[in-house]
Amino acid sequence: MHDTTTAARGAEHGADRPHEPLSYRFLLLVWLGLMCLTATTVAVSRIELGALNIVAALGLAGAKASLVIFFFMHLKYENWIIKGMVFMAFVVLAIAIGLTFVDVGYRY
Amino acid sequence: MEHTAQDPHERPFFAPSGKGGLASWIFSTDHKRIGLLYLGLIMLMFSVAVVLGLLLRLKLMTPGNTLLTPQQYNAIFTLHGVIMVFMVVIPSIPASFGNIFLPLHIGANDVSFPRLNNFSWWLYVTGLVLALVSIFTGNGPPDTGWTFYVPFSEHTTTNVSIAVIAVFVLGFSSILTGLNFITTVHRLRTPGMTWRKLPLFVWSLYATGWIQVLATPILGITALLIFSERVLHLGLFDPGRGGDPLLYQHLFWIYSHPAVYIMILPAMGVISEIIPVFSRKPVFGYNMIAFSSLAIAFAGSLVWAHHMFTSGMSDNAVLLFSFLTFVVAIPSAIKVFNWLSTMYKGSISLDPPLLFSLGFILMFSIGGLTGLVLGSAGTDIHVHDTYFVVAHFHYVIFGGTGLGMFAAMHYWFPKVFGRMYDHTRAFWSFWIILLGMNVLYFPMFVMGLQGMPRRYYDYLPQYAPLQMVSTWGSWILAVGLILMFHNLYRGCRYGPVATKNPWGGATLEWTLPTPLPAEAFYGDPVAPEPYDYKGVNPDG
Ligand SMILES: [Cu+2]
Repeated sequence: MHDTTTAARGAEHGADRPHEPLSYRFLLLVWLGLMCLTATTVAVSRIELGALNIVAALGLAGAKASLVIFFFMHLKYENWIIKGMVFMAFVVLAIAIGLTFVDVGYRY
Repeated sequence: MEHTAQDPHERPFFAPSGKGGLASWIFSTDHKRIGLLYLGLIMLMFSVAVVLGLLLRLKLMTPGNTLLTPQQYNAIFTLHGVIMVFMVVIPSIPASFGNIFLPLHIGANDVSFPRLNNFSWWLYVTGLVLALVSIFTGNGPPDTGWTFYVPFSEHTTTNVSIAVIAVFVLGFSSILTGLNFITTVHRLRTPGMTWRKLPLFVWSLYATGWIQVLATPILGITALLIFSERVLHLGLFDPGRGGDPLLYQHLFWIYSHPAVYIMILPAMGVISEIIPVFSRKPVFGYNMIAFSSLAIAFAGSLVWAHHMFTSGMSDNAVLLFSFLTFVVAIPSAIKVFNWLSTMYKGSISLDPPLLFSLGFILMFSIGGLTGLVLGSAGTDIHVHDTYFVVAHFHYVIFGGTGLGMFAAMHYWFPKVFGRMYDHTRAFWSFWIILLGMNVLYFPMFVMGLQGMPRRYYDYLPQYAPLQMVSTWGSWILAVGLILMFHNLYRGCRYGPVATKNPWGGATLEWTLPTPLPAEAFYGDPVAPEPYDYKGVNPDG
């Protein structure tokens, strides 16, 4: 290992395994899925569900974000460490939103 | 000393390498040059904000309508806060000394993404320019305070829109620095540099990097939301349009509380480097110091609503966030006890870097303990939005991060510039700064307990004596700062040539030539035990 330079050290770890490009057909399907979910979001917001409105909105938003991140941003084909880091961001977001509801949920 | 050698392993990193003068700096991808660029601008902005702070204190020396108009006063405390928080303290140690020493500490020749590093500096410059624009155009500088609280920030006619965009851009600069550091620590460690051999400065920057990456986007979103509220009148925060002003406070503090850990963790890392070197003893409780950095980063992200106890938030939330705030005190205290235990029975030499570090411990402890008064919901009701908060914050951030930054400057100065400053002057500047800080800020604790509200232009006669003392303190502090910067400048220009390892540090940067060469390591250096001083001695 004595001749590896800093640059080589980076490259060594960064060996990306290339994957087959996704077909247009598939990407189009994902896009259609996103459109459907958006329509659902709008539709659900017009029904009075009380606190469930928030749950539905966040759930749908989470589903849409997952589609974008997994397929458009290729997270599905990355290794576990990248997945873990993205997952961590979502956990932090969930905690932030959850703790905010300790206020909002009990305010009145 | 003449440096004629063209070998990048010999030539100092700041010596011209042939092509382009200015361009070889501002477009440099060398982490050391970028670190110095940051240091220069940060210190420039620091001086500007110090002058604004002195002006505020000068106005407050006497009650009544003197020196500044109320509108000017509001604008100046806003600018003082915005500049200090977003342009000085947040980038301070990571962007300057972190950039220079994080790669060297782990045996790498640069960060993972050198160009991104340069780009983040340019984003920083863009943020500065936007902030300048917000001061001199439109209806004048923002007058909201650095917190941009709604609904006032939505309705004021001053230039808030551009200022929040400046904050947005500065946030991006911070995110990129954090991202770069995380990746660098994961991927560029020299073989044998295991996680438990990382210098504690690296651990603290790693924890900071995670906060920068995870929390700063929320600041960006919040800034954009304020902007869209002002421009599009969406009605998110404005109760007049069905919005919720508390939502703004949540969003703002979800970033801005963790941001105080972006400010303090790197300083704690510096202190963890300096204390063992000047005590000639391995650091006490390495694992706990490293772990407490991560614990602070995590637990510190869960306490933001302690800024909102009097805002009308639900009582359940008050209870929960007060409890969580007490939890964060634990890892902070772990660090303080570990530093003191490191010094216990050590062979201590009171050189300037250690003095500033001890100043850090003193001021941080006062600031931290008074933070518990604020974190405990019952007492906070009485001192919320008083000078008590201002005193607490300045003890932690100026007494803590500020002195930590000065400690770093005195510690790494010989390694970066290749010369040594005058120790007697450094000694005096330290004591004058410490005295000035305490005369300036301690009366604010007392005034706060007596009920003096923060950000007020005028005050009742009963506060006049302590307001006067506090202003004297600001002058003492200014003298100390001038003496310190003058001493460092003189050292940089005319000081005696520094040796390779003047303090006897065991981390990798001290194995390199002084001043730092353009190209640090030949191949991969052997990972040292960072706090083992057997056979490592000061050579100065
Ligand atoms: Cu806080």
